[in-house]
Formats: sequence, C-alpha cells, structure tokens
Amino acid sequence: MATVAAVIASTHHPFYYRASTSTGSERPPFADEWVAKIETFRDTLTRAEPEVLVMVGSDHFHQLWLDNMPQFLVGKAPFFDANWYNEEREFGLPRMTLRGQEDLSAHILRNGLDADFDLAFSNELRIDHSITCPIITLRPEADLPIVPIYTNIFAPPLPRPRRFVQLGRAIREMVESWPVDKRVAIVGTGHLSLELGGPRQFGEHGPDPDFDRKAVEWIANGDLDGCLAEVSLDSLHLPGNATHGFMDFMLMMGAAGDGVKADHVDSLDLFHTMEAYFTWYPNGVPA
Amino acid sequence: MSKYLLDKFLYTVDRDPDLVERFREDPEGTVSWWEAEMANTILNCTVQERSTWLQFTEPERRALREHDHVALFEMGAHPFLTLTLFIAMFERDHGPLEYQKAYGAMLRHLSLPYPDIAT
Repeated sequence: MATVAAVIASTHHPFYYRASTSTGSERPPFADEWVAKIETFRDTLTRAEPEVLVMVGSDHFHQLWLDNMPQFLVGKAPFFDANWYNEEREFGLPRMTLRGQEDLSAHILRNGLDADFDLAFSNELRIDHSITCPIITLRPEADLPIVPIYTNIFAPPLPRPRRFVQLGRAIREMVESWPVDKRVAIVGTGHLSLELGGPRQFGEHGPDPDFDRKAVEWIANGDLDGCLAEVSLDSLHLPGNATHGFMDFMLMMGAAGDGVKADHVDSLDLFHTMEAYFTWYPNGVPA
Repeated sequence: MSKYLLDKFLYTVDRDPDLVERFREDPEGTVSWWEAEMANTILNCTVQERSTWLQFTEPERRALREHDHVALFEMGAHPFLTLTLFIAMFERDHGPLEYQKAYGAMLRHLSLPYPDIAT
C-alpha cells in the first residue's frame, strides 16, 4: 500500500515566482524573507522523500467554464501542460509540463465515485497557478508525477465547507488504499482572506487580519470543529470576496485529520494577502 | 440581465492577446462585433452549433463599451474576470500597483453584501 509521506497546505501566491527571481531595483523589499520561508517550507517536503504528488487546487476560469462547470474534478492523463497566457502576462509564470500518475488518478476516480463523490474527470487538463505555484515553491525541479484535483471555489453555487472537509478525508483514505508501494504527498493550496476586484483589494495587509489569525490557528491545530462552527458559504463573503478559496485549506485539514497539529507552521504578512504554510507528517517526522 | 454573457465576454477576451488589445483600443467596435459574432458561440462546439438567444441588455453594452468596471461589479459580473482583464488593458499606463489601488478605490462606495455573482 502507498504511504502518505506528507500532507501540505499552502497559499498559492502567483507573485512569488517573479519576486523570488527578480534582482536589483526590481526586487521587492520583502523578497529575501519570503524566499527564506519558502526554502524552509520546501525542505519539509524534500525530507518526506515523496515519489508522487496529489495536488489540490482550483482552476481560475482557464479551462473550466460556466457552460460546463464541475464541482470536483480529477485529472487523469499521462501529462499535464501548465500555465496560461494570462498568467504569463500578469505574473510572469513559466510554461511547464508535468507527468501524470494515471493509475492513482484512476484509483481515486473509482473509489471516490464508490464513496458517493460524483467526481468529474479530464483526460486533457492544462493546469493553472493554483497547482504550479506549489510546484514552484515546494518542488521546483517539477520532476514528480502528479494527480491534479480541482475544486470549485470560484463559480457559485459552490459545495459547502463540510463537503470539502469530507473530500479531504476521502482523498487521504484513497491514497492510503492505493495498492502501490510508493510515497505520496498530498499538497493543496487555497487562500486566507482575499479580495479580488472589490474595494478591499491590494491593501497593506489581507482584507481581514483577524480572520487570517483565526484561520492559521484552526489549521495549525487541526481544529475542524472550531472552523466548521464558524465558517459557512455566507460567512466567507465577510473576510473578502475571494475568501471561498479557504475551503481548499479546509479540504487539507480533512486530509490531515481531525485534531492533528501541523508539524510545520509558518506565515508571512504581505500586502494584499497573508501567506501561510503547513506541513503534517502522518507517519512521523522524517529524520 | 445576463451575468453569464458578461462573464463570457470578459472570459473570452481575457484569454486572447489580440482581443485584449482590440478591446483596449476600440471598445465600441469590439463589443458590437463580439455580440454579433461570438455571443452565441458555444465554446466547446463547432461554429455551426450555435445558441440562438444570448444578447446584452443596453446597460450591459454600455458598461463594456465604456470600460466601466464599477458598473460591471454592480451588475454582478465576476470580479476576478473583470479585474484580470482590466489589469491587462490598463496597468501598463500606471506605476506599480497604482492601477489596482485606484480600481479598488472607485468601488469604495460599495458595502457588504456585494452584488450576487451567481450565474
């Protein structure tokens, strides 16, 4: 059976690539601290010695569109091309091609359907920065095969927060029941409070620092009860109009387990939004 | 009112570099052309298999022709689509983050709950 080598939850900041590779007067003042935190975070994945990555993210209206919108979708293909013209344009992200782990995709699709998750699938999926940002930050070699899983946090009506948690738990179980002796890391990215295209965007901090502090506590402590008691589809409008991306963090809390404290917790207060990084080692902290 | 069609306009223009420039330089002509030729194209179908019923209301046409991101927000167009496209068109005319901050400031009169973006 497969081993869950690490569970990792992160924000996906599309400006990291440009900030970390810029030099001289182009380099923002916060870049060095950001890079240092990312390198420490990257080491938490490297030490887990993963062979396969299950990557949870959310398409930002790149390939998935309102004429045919899945709530949860699993990519099943031998390769996934990545990043789009408008991400290259706005964020300077590079084009990439990642290998797929098709047999694990098939295993998750079959067992997910049998567990009452009506998962959509794609055999030709071009992935976006919700998945390539953590590749860039955590595994810049981009050398491991992936299973991309997309959630809809973007185009209402959305599934409720509890459903994200349930799917996270199911993904963990499905990886553990994959009858292949490989080390799998489950990596998912979302947002803390975030406003896009509204009056609270691009402030000195994220739009709701109080929500961010609470969210980091919930995640760090695996406090699903506390989180689910406060977070609903309606409540997520209050911290910022794009905060529904927090539900991908809730999915990862489901994958990490109720009440399980993260082994690595870090955050960075940036303009516009707070960064946050979490790693759990379900089978013990690697040496 | 068709939030869906507004979003479809923003989505199909934003993903095409030529259309981004065309909409920046000639918004009136681009909106007229798009509504006549593209509004009823189903994106995953051949051009012969078109829809027959999609059209803008006059206020929607006006908001697009006038590059009025405030009106688009108030109509419930998806704010991510509007922001991304407008950054592509206008950030170049401003200093770092200047455009994004001004864009937000023009929406300052809005309070929660924001207009519904469900389509």
